[in-house]
Amino acid sequence: MSQQEQLLNLNLKVWRQKNRKDSGHFEDYRLEGVSTDSSFLEMIDQLNEQLVAENKDPITFDHDCREGICGSCSMMINGQAHGPEKQTTTCQLHMRSFKNEDTVVIEPWRARAFPVMKDLMVDRSSFDKIIQSGGFISVNTGNAQDANAIPVSKENADLAMDAATCIGCGACVASCPNASAMLFTSAKISQLALLPQGRVEAEERVSSMVKTMDEEGFGNCTNHAECEASCPKGINLSNIARMNKEYIFSKIKGK
Amino acid sequence: MSFKLDSKIPEGPISEKWDKHKFKLKLVNPANKRKFDVIVVGTGLAGASAAATLAELGYNVKSFCLHDSPRRAHSIAAQGGVNAAKNYPNDGDSVWRLFYDTVKGGDFRAREANVYRLAQVSNNIIDQATAQGVPFARDYGGYLANRSFGGAQVSRTFYAKGQTGQQLLLGAYSALSRQIGLGKVQMYNRRELLDIVLVDGKARGIIVRDMITGDIERHSAHAVILATGGYGNVYFLSTNAMASNAGAAWKAYKKGAGFANPCFTQIHPTCIPVHGDNQSKLTLMSESLRNDGRVWVPKKEGDDRHPNDIPEEERDYYLERVYPSFGNLAPRDVASRQAKYRTDEGKGVGKTKLAVYLDFAAAIKRDGKDAIEARYGNLFEMYQRITDENPYERPMRIYPAVHYTMGGLWVDYNLMSTIPGLHVLGEANFSDHGANRLGASALMQGLADGYFVIPYTLGDYFANNELKPIDTDHEEFKKSEKEVTERINKLLNIKGNRSVDEFHKALGKIMWEYVGMSRDKAGLETAIKEIQKLRGEFWQDVKVVGDAEGISQELEKANRVADFLELGELMARDALTREESCGGHFRSEYQNDGEAKRDDENFAHSAVWEFTGVDKEPIRHKEELEFPNVPLTTRSYK
Repeated sequence: MSQQEQLLNLNLKVWRQKNRKDSGHFEDYRLEGVSTDSSFLEMIDQLNEQLVAENKDPITFDHDCREGICGSCSMMINGQAHGPEKQTTTCQLHMRSFKNEDTVVIEPWRARAFPVMKDLMVDRSSFDKIIQSGGFISVNTGNAQDANAIPVSKENADLAMDAATCIGCGACVASCPNASAMLFTSAKISQLALLPQGRVEAEERVSSMVKTMDEEGFGNCTNHAECEASCPKGINLSNIARMNKEYIFSKIKGK
Repeated sequence: MSFKLDSKIPEGPISEKWDKHKFKLKLVNPANKRKFDVIVVGTGLAGASAAATLAELGYNVKSFCLHDSPRRAHSIAAQGGVNAAKNYPNDGDSVWRLFYDTVKGGDFRAREANVYRLAQVSNNIIDQATAQGVPFARDYGGYLANRSFGGAQVSRTFYAKGQTGQQLLLGAYSALSRQIGLGKVQMYNRRELLDIVLVDGKARGIIVRDMITGDIERHSAHAVILATGGYGNVYFLSTNAMASNAGAAWKAYKKGAGFANPCFTQIHPTCIPVHGDNQSKLTLMSESLRNDGRVWVPKKEGDDRHPNDIPEEERDYYLERVYPSFGNLAPRDVASRQAKYRTDEGKGVGKTKLAVYLDFAAAIKRDGKDAIEARYGNLFEMYQRITDENPYERPMRIYPAVHYTMGGLWVDYNLMSTIPGLHVLGEANFSDHGANRLGASALMQGLADGYFVIPYTLGDYFANNELKPIDTDHEEFKKSEKEVTERINKLLNIKGNRSVDEFHKALGKIMWEYVGMSRDKAGLETAIKEIQKLRGEFWQDVKVVGDAEGISQELEKANRVADFLELGELMARDALTREESCGGHFRSEYQNDGEAKRDDENFAHSAVWEFTGVDKEPIRHKEELEFPNVPLTTRSYK
C-alpha cells in the first residue's frame, strides 16, 4: 500500500515439528515476490499457499486478530520474540523491516512450561492456570455497587491500565534466560493491587498466583530485563518490584 | 411451515416489561441448580460473562472455545468504548434516551422491548466491570470519565484507552477463570463446534472437534448456549479475526433455528485500505478520528498528484458538502456509501484508487501537532506501522470495510432460538441493533445478554420443561457424529486443485461486489447464481492438505468456508427480498438522492429464514415490528 512497495526474495529457516513428541528440525524454504507491504503473517500465509500447491503440509502457527491485541501470535524471529521492531507483535511486523535476500530464522517460543504442539504452535495454558489461581476479584454478578462509589486516583487508575494492557502472548517467558513468567504474573497482580477493589484479597492473591507460577515450571527473575525489552505492549519491570513487595508482605502475614 | 415465531414480549408499558417479566419467570431452587448442565460455546464478552454468571448461580457449566485460551476471543479487539445510561456527565442522558437513540440508530428494524431492556441493564454492566477491576478511564477526582460517540448527543461512552473491548473481556475472563478454578466450569480449549444435537426436538448437546488431537467428542447438557459471534468473514476481508466463523450459527440454522436479517451487515467507513492480493484482514481506524479529520477526494478524476500539492479549490470535502449539519461525523452507513460514490466516479486515491483521504492538516494547524498526538497518537502510530506513511505530514488513506453483522439467529425475548433449549447471545443473535449498530453498543449488548439476561431466563426454561436424563450414547449423538465424520472425510478426499483460501477469496469478491455497500436486484440475482456455482466447484475441486488426525489448520478453514458458501447465498436472498433501503442495507432502486428510503408499510418486520435443504429455497417468515414508543421517522443528517 505504501508508495514505495518492493518485492523481496527470502530464505526462510522454519522450525518444523509434527507433534509434541517429535524432536523437530529446521527446514529451508525459498520464498519469492514478498511485498514489503505484507505483514509477517501474510508472508507465512504466502509460504503456506506455496506449500499447499506442492501438496506439502503447511506451517502451523497461532494467530487470530492480526491487530496486535489477542496475543495469539508467537514467533521467535532471528532470535527475537516478535522480531526486530520495538513494541510490535508478529502480526503487526511488516516485511519492510527486512531486506531482499535476507535469511530469516523462525522458531516457536521455547520454555519448559510452553511445550511445542506443532511447528510454531505452543501450549500456553499454564498462563490460564496462573490466572485461575487468583487473577481476579471475587465478586459475583449482581453484587456491585455504583461504579462511582469507588473513586480511584487517576494516577493509580492509569498505572493499573498500563499493567492490564498485557496480552498474554508469552514473549516475556520466551525471551527470559530463566523462562520466568514474572512479568506476566506481576502485571495482573499489580493491576488489582493498585485498585481499592482489589486490595481485599491482595495477600491471598499474590501468594496463590506465585505458587502456581512455580508449580507450572517457570523460572525465577534474575533481573535480565529481557522480558520488558521484548514485551509488545511495553509492560514495565516495576510491576515485578510491586509483586515482590506484595509477596513479602503476604508472607510476613503468614498467607 | 415448521416453526412459529412467538417473540414472547411481555405485556404492559415498555418501562415495566422486564421487571414484571423477571417476577413471572419461574425459578430453579439453589439446591436443584447443580442438577443442570449447561453448554456455553464461545468465550467472548457474551459467552464468558454467561458461563461465569451461570456457574456462580450453581449450574454445572461446560465452556468451549476454539482458541488456546478463552481470553483470545475477538471481543478483545473492540477499541472505542461501551455505552451506558449513567448520566454521570449530567448532560440529559437517561435509560429512555439510550433506548430511543438505539432504536432510531438501527433505522427502526429492531424489537423495541429488547432494546429497552438493554438500555435498562447498561448501568449494571459499568458497575459490575468496575467491581471486577476493569480500569476504566478516570478524571482527576477519581471518578469515571466519558466520551462522545456517533449517533448520540450525550457523552455516555465509558472507555479504557483504545482498548475497551480488551479490558471488558479480561474482566469477564477473570470471572470465568475464578469459576474454572473453583471447579464449577469445565473449560474446553481448542475445540470447534461441528454440530448441535437435538433430542426430542430440544437442544441437548454438541459435537466438537479437538483441534489438537483431531478427536471428535460428544458433549451433552440440559441446554445449549451459543455465543459465537458474527459472520463478517463471509466477505474474506473484514475487521473480524481470522478464525471468526459462522459454523455454530449455521449448524443451528440447519437444525431448525430461524436466521434473522442475514443481509444486515455493517460496513465501517474508516479502515486502512486493501494493499494487495496477499492481504489477510483489514484494520479499523477508530470512528473518533472523524472528530478532527476532514474527508476529501480530488475534484478531478484520476488526479495522481501528491495530496499536499492539490490546492484547496481542487478538493472535494464531500461529507461537509453533502451533509452540512453533520459534516465529517455523519453516521457509519452514510459515510461509507459516500466514499463508494466517490471511488465509483473515479476519484479514488492511492495505488489501488480504492481509498479517500482523511486529512488532519487543518486540525494540526489549528490545535498544534502535540494536541493531535495526545488525542490520537496510538492510532497514528498503528497507521504508520501498517502503511509506512506519516499521517502528521500526509493525509491518511481510508476506505470502508466489513465490520459487524446485525443479523443472526432469531431469538425471543428470553434469548431462545426457535429450537427449544438453544439460546443465542451477543453478536450471534439478531436482537438489538436493527439495520445499523451505533458505536459502543456491541460491548453493551454482549455483556447485557451474558451477565443480566440469560441468568434469569434460562432458569425459567428448566423449570417449565421436562428434560429426560440422556447420555452421549443416544442415537442422535451417534447420528450427528457420523455426519460430522463423513463431512470431514469428504473434504479430505476431494484432493482437488484449488486451495481453501482461493475459494474463500473468490466468495469474498462476489459478496463485496454484489452484497456489499450498495445492492440491486440484478446484482443479487447474479450473486446467488455465482455462489451456487462456486459452492459446486468447492465440493469438486478443493484441496485440503493434511489428515483428520492431529492439528490440521487447513481442515479447520475448509469446514468454515463450506459454511460461508451456503450462508453467503442466504445473505443475498435476504437482500433481494428486502425491497427497501434501511441502515446498512442499501438497495440502489430504493433511494432519495443517495439516501436510504425505507418502506415501513411493507418491510417493518424482521425476515426470519427457515432451512429446507442446501440447494433448496428457504422459507421466509416475518416477525412484524411495532413502534408505539419511538415514532417512525426518516433519519436525516443534512
